[in-house]
Amino acid sequence: MGTSRSFLRALLPLGFVLLAAGCGVRDSAILDPAGPIASDQRDLIVRTSAIMLIVVVPVIVMTLWFAWRFRESNDDAPYTPEWSYSGKVDAVTWAIPIMIVAGVGYHAWVFTHSLDPYKPIASKEKTLEVRAIAQDWKWLFLYPDQNIAVVNELVFPSGAPLSIKITSDTVMNSFFIPGLGGQIYAMAGMRTELNLLAYEPGDFLGRNVQYSGAGFSDQRFKAHAVKRDAFDAWVEKVRKSSDALDASAYDRLAKPSEDHPVTYYSSYMPGLFSATIGKYNPYGMFAANSVCRVANLDGPYAR
Amino acid sequence: MLGKLTIDALPFYSWVAMGGAMVTVLGALAVMGVITWLGAWGYLWREWLTSVDHKRIGIMYIVLALIMLLRGFVDAIMMRAQQAFALNSGGYLPADHFDQIFSSHGTIMIFFVAMPFMSGLMNLIVPLQIGTRDVSFPYMNSLSLWLTASGAALVMVSLVIGKFSTAGWTAYPPYSGIQYSPGVGVDYWSFAVLISGVGSTMTGINFVSTIFKRRAPGMTLMHMPLFTWTVLTASVLVVFAFPGLTVSAGLLELDRMLGMHFFTNGDGGNMMMFANLFWIWGHPEVYILILPAFGVFSHVVTTFSGKRLFGYTSLVYATAAIGILSFTVWLHHFFTMGSSANVNAFFGIATMIIAVPTGVKVFDWLFTMYRGRIQFRSPMLWTLGFMVTFVIGGMSGVLLALPPVDYLMHNTTFLVAHFHNMIIPGVLFGYLAGYQFWFPKAFGFRLNEQWGKWAFWCWIIGFYLAFMPLYVLGLLGMPRRMEHYDVAEWQPHLIVAAVGACVILLGILCLAVQLVVSIRQRDQARDFSGDPWLGRTLEWATSSPPAPYNFAVLPEVRERDAFQDLKERGIAYEKPKKYEDIYLPKNSPVGIVVGGLGFVFGFAMVWHVWWIAIVCLLLITAALIVLSSADDNEYCITAKEVEKIEKARYRELAKAPRILLPESEEVVPGAPIQGAVP
Repeated sequence: MGTSRSFLRALLPLGFVLLAAGCGVRDSAILDPAGPIASDQRDLIVRTSAIMLIVVVPVIVMTLWFAWRFRESNDDAPYTPEWSYSGKVDAVTWAIPIMIVAGVGYHAWVFTHSLDPYKPIASKEKTLEVRAIAQDWKWLFLYPDQNIAVVNELVFPSGAPLSIKITSDTVMNSFFIPGLGGQIYAMAGMRTELNLLAYEPGDFLGRNVQYSGAGFSDQRFKAHAVKRDAFDAWVEKVRKSSDALDASAYDRLAKPSEDHPVTYYSSYMPGLFSATIGKYNPYGMFAANSVCRVANLDGPYAR
Repeated sequence: MLGKLTIDALPFYSWVAMGGAMVTVLGALAVMGVITWLGAWGYLWREWLTSVDHKRIGIMYIVLALIMLLRGFVDAIMMRAQQAFALNSGGYLPADHFDQIFSSHGTIMIFFVAMPFMSGLMNLIVPLQIGTRDVSFPYMNSLSLWLTASGAALVMVSLVIGKFSTAGWTAYPPYSGIQYSPGVGVDYWSFAVLISGVGSTMTGINFVSTIFKRRAPGMTLMHMPLFTWTVLTASVLVVFAFPGLTVSAGLLELDRMLGMHFFTNGDGGNMMMFANLFWIWGHPEVYILILPAFGVFSHVVTTFSGKRLFGYTSLVYATAAIGILSFTVWLHHFFTMGSSANVNAFFGIATMIIAVPTGVKVFDWLFTMYRGRIQFRSPMLWTLGFMVTFVIGGMSGVLLALPPVDYLMHNTTFLVAHFHNMIIPGVLFGYLAGYQFWFPKAFGFRLNEQWGKWAFWCWIIGFYLAFMPLYVLGLLGMPRRMEHYDVAEWQPHLIVAAVGACVILLGILCLAVQLVVSIRQRDQARDFSGDPWLGRTLEWATSSPPAPYNFAVLPEVRERDAFQDLKERGIAYEKPKKYEDIYLPKNSPVGIVVGGLGFVFGFAMVWHVWWIAIVCLLLITAALIVLSSADDNEYCITAKEVEKIEKARYRELAKAPRILLPESEEVVPGAPIQGAVP
């Protein structure tokens, strides 16, 4: 009968796609993490997927099996048209999803806290502080301890925590380095945070992933995790740049531009980061609290 | 005099844009030409456009949805084509045009395909299922239809005059503010959404009221068919959720027009407020769309398994639970906004909890199939395809509900794959199953089975080809909404996805061919009995199509499957002893006139032509006052006329081939049930 073959045919694309998926993700940025945050996030995907497959696979199999077994033309299968309730079955249909969700929900609670992007990463190495400002359509990175500024390139020592404070001088952006760990929004007048770490030296792609207009597709940057001495050498190289990010240079930079080349500034104006926030939020209206931690703070971020 | 409107608004800037505009204009002219050629304007106006009959309003909603589905799909296949080619090149679409396309695709598919399709099915079926003659507010119903249509028309007009929004279907500020989106696109978006939102809100009010107040005698809440339950829940959600959308789009317009900075950068404006307000509507909206589809699946599974629905009570409670929980999860759309771990974890777990009642539903459909006699008619195929595919989307949804996973997957194509994996099998397959299932009720003949099956296979294979690669691309870190890219390993997946979109196109063509073939062969597929599938609920107790009054005598309900009960008692087709006069609402042009004025108002607001907008508002007010003061707004079908119509119906019934009721040996007297369908 046509319908029986039809069901087998339904499985074909599924199998094909899973196969393609298996080959495709081999060198995925997300499934091949280079730091503890991305690595834990990946483990979480694998573990919770496994928990859910306990029920998803049987449901798919049961759907196809029941449809086949109880097809109209199969006179051998029992037929009970009035059967519409069983306390036991009902209890099981509620219990199974509840147990699965309890299992995944437990992971949600634990990992949301342990992988909180605001949580500093404990390490013997000194944390590198970076300020990131989203512009149309590029990223400006400020290094307060080194007093240098760089467009579309983020260099940091491997093995040491990287703490990025983020804001936007334009529309909402989202800062994301898939190989290192999750993203966070960049919003004008507000500050968000992301803590990352790369185990080993390596090159990563970073981007804005929140659609932000015509230049969005090219709003990407290279992130390089390098050994400590290479980092120091790179800082020296940036310092030798003939450009400094003063007020007029900043205004020129902030104008919309697409596919902006990597640009080094030997220094930047003091207080640039908090001034950028303050431009849209002069009274510090969105103060940090326990619920929402997008904030405009003074103090250590003033540089 | 004409605000911002100048000749520059015409799309002479690009061949692709001009092509789109030409197709729209020529399409509209062609339709009007055909109507004129047929001399059908008077008939259309009298019988359809001014109709307040819920069945005709339902059909017009579905026509609107199918037309807009074509437009939304053209957008989709253009995006797939662009991304398949745009490795290290600009493809064939400039960024500005590509951005309009993804914005209009989302806007159209949610607001002008899914919403009208849902409103159409509920209008067509709910009054029949609960055994009543019309909805509570038939004039408001007509108004809702035409306001929805005028929203759709605004989006279509943006193809020809001016440009559409580039801010995505969610129009997040500050990008959607006047500073970053100075054109009229966002205004088109917000007025389309605002005007159709008024229509949707009124539909919600109408159906809450209809279902609570107009059920047939004996139909308690727990006797209601599942589709009615899901429509009731969805309508309650509409009433509570849509104000969120109205407020967010309205305040956004104030930002744009009067520089108010509710959401936009500066002077205390905060985009996070928009995201919250928008998704307080936006998440319930997902369930507004999907719950009625769940209702359709429940009916299709029972009917084509020849069984009572398993776990009715559980399904009702699961539906209600989903309705309530849908208001507790909106923040999962922006875990990445910087909320504390406690807040994110709360909303993540709340989201997962929705998987419990949803899982229960899937199990209940499974156990309805268990020990049934399953007929693989096309509505059942859509349902089986849904069950297999939807659980995959459910799984990716629970993954995204884990905040740390969402940090990785948010804004990537994984998210795009996930919500299409919910909306296409969950919502669209459900509505298409409902379309195939209830078509004979609406038109009196069945749709062609073979083309229906081909449509299904194209859709489901196309779906897997188009969206499974997007899951992979998300894992590869590809953001959504990329006009071009420079990562070579993405391209093979994007090509497969584009092929998938082409297969879906074949599915759409099959649906079109099915309709044409079915209309041409309608005489071989007539439904004389009104009950072509051996249905169990009251909509099948009427003739196909039903008389204007639906039921000559309102049915008495004793059981959940009310019609099945009547059939089993042998009184399903009993002639009533006498007929009575029936009063029905008269047709009225007010709905279409106000809808038309709403469109002109929206257009005038988009282009800042204030005087036209004010005139339209005054005319709308006047029209509504005239409508409300009309005393003579009902007409009478006398008992004699009813008897005549019903006599004709019994003659039709006699033509229906008699078959046995399932598992029953005797022919039920006077119960001509059509079975042996090829």
